[in-house]
Amino acid sequence: MATITAPRPDVQSARPPISARRRRGRNDLTGYAFLAGAVFCFALFSWYPMVRGVVMSFQRTRRGVTTWVGWDNYSRIVHDPSFWTAWKNTLHFTVLALILGYAVPFFVAILLNELRHAKGYLRALVYLPVMLPPASALFLFKYYAYDPSDAGLFNAVLKLLHLPTSQWMQSSTATMPAMVIASTWMNMGGAVLIYLAALQNIPGELYEAAELDGAGIWRRIVTVTIPQTRLILSLMAMLQIVATMQLFIEPLILANGAGTQDSATSVAYLIYQHGFFQNDLNGAAALGVIMLIVLAGFSAVYVRLSARQD
Amino acid sequence: MTRTLIAESQLRRGRGRLVYGLLLAGVLVGFTLIFIGPLYWMVTGALKSGTEIAQTPPTLFPTDPQPQNYADAWSRLNLAKLLFNTFYYALGALLFQLVLDTAAAYALSKLRPRFGNAILGLMLATLMIPAMVLIIPQYVTVIDLPLVHLSLLDSPFAIWLPAVANAFNIFLLKRFFDSIPEDLMSAAVMDGATPLRTLWSIVLPISRPILGVVSIFAVTAVWKDFLWPKLVMPSPETRTVSVGIYAFSGGTPMNIVVAAAVIAAVPTVVFFLIFQKSIVSGLTAGGLKE
Repeated sequence: MATITAPRPDVQSARPPISARRRRGRNDLTGYAFLAGAVFCFALFSWYPMVRGVVMSFQRTRRGVTTWVGWDNYSRIVHDPSFWTAWKNTLHFTVLALILGYAVPFFVAILLNELRHAKGYLRALVYLPVMLPPASALFLFKYYAYDPSDAGLFNAVLKLLHLPTSQWMQSSTATMPAMVIASTWMNMGGAVLIYLAALQNIPGELYEAAELDGAGIWRRIVTVTIPQTRLILSLMAMLQIVATMQLFIEPLILANGAGTQDSATSVAYLIYQHGFFQNDLNGAAALGVIMLIVLAGFSAVYVRLSARQD
Repeated sequence: MTRTLIAESQLRRGRGRLVYGLLLAGVLVGFTLIFIGPLYWMVTGALKSGTEIAQTPPTLFPTDPQPQNYADAWSRLNLAKLLFNTFYYALGALLFQLVLDTAAAYALSKLRPRFGNAILGLMLATLMIPAMVLIIPQYVTVIDLPLVHLSLLDSPFAIWLPAVANAFNIFLLKRFFDSIPEDLMSAAVMDGATPLRTLWSIVLPISRPILGVVSIFAVTAVWKDFLWPKLVMPSPETRTVSVGIYAFSGGTPMNIVVAAAVIAAVPTVVFFLIFQKSIVSGLTAGGLKE
């Protein structure tokens, strides 16, 4: 991020002050003209909604009349019977996705970095699912992979390996792992490529030195690879938590929203439910604010932890 | 090439070579199965008849291929219209982003007006706000724009304008522009070139690689998006392809739905095969290095 705060080379300092100032003013105007379009879009679709979301969460609109209602929306949303289930499911998904979707791409990247052949093919292969529209990929999983009968792809493979088959989305315990598998398959390509970039920046001498000290492959990963990629690893962990907390399309398509016995309901799905089915945009906005606060809490912990490491 | 975890020499020798060969073969087969396998299953599954798809164990090749499924999907879901809509939204979002975000990044990098860094900071701050948190207030804004009280529902601007508010792309562009030497710019200014002229004939031609990466991101983002287009394009005539398939999935046989899902994925896969090199290198080199 060094580029953002890079000192501006002051080319104008040699010129007489008055003309410099006039020039500066004209430059400013041109600069603002170039910025205007993007700033307009940010203002209307990012900055203003951010404020509006908080304001809305303390209001209630009924028949076109908006009134201030204090914490009413918050108390209504917390007392929604699905509120705690949604949080439990979302955190469950976040943790499972972190175990599977975080460790797997890292080791896949290490593996790909060691292979000297078919580099382009393998990188393209891993990234291919990222390009698919999630709705397309999820219908594939829903109908062909997670078919609860033995005609489904996953059950057929499990049977071939003489393992017990699963009811997948029809079972309240298999729903969560099924969503994590589909989500990891769809999304891991981006993480793999980012880790690969980080791995390529590790100086080869470090491995050489570790090997001379008698470190085996696993010890070299622990003492060289992980410390050398620590920054990107912790950044990706944070990004992944933010992304997985927004779990929405997987429950919507795979589990028709709530899933068997509410096993798929997520916080994001609850926002959608309240906003667009229960005609409760204000309650949905309140839940959005709660989600923002929880994520801000995670970020604070992250900043603390990474500050301590340095 | 610098050395990696395992030394080159170790892989060339007897046992190392054997292990490497086995590993390579395993990875090639395994990864092909994991990443192409499901796609194969999807394409061939949609060719099977309703009875064949329910058969146990499932068949590897469709015994009696039904290309009719694809034709049915095409006509029943009106896929031509849905694909056209999606393409139209993606193209518009791309143009808006190329013009407005490039201009903004150029201003922040080279013109540097007062408070430029503060504006950049406010833009980057939006990266910290998850999309789901903003979805309700954004929707409320779009159905009743402040001051003018217009609704953008079913208007392509409801997709194009929010797409411009993309801090990541502005950041990528700005960082690239920062690396363009100042001398090159001041030479143009000496020659009396206006900022627009400098942007057009000096900055943009050098920036082709990053413009390519940003364009790819812009197009795929619109093609993959689901919830936002579902909310702001409620009419059947304005739907995107993903939303259209979802809307039809309830009352349509599953082979037809999957056939439609295959057709919806074809443009992105073709796009990927064409731009695969720039996508992969753009992500590995331009992504989060530093």
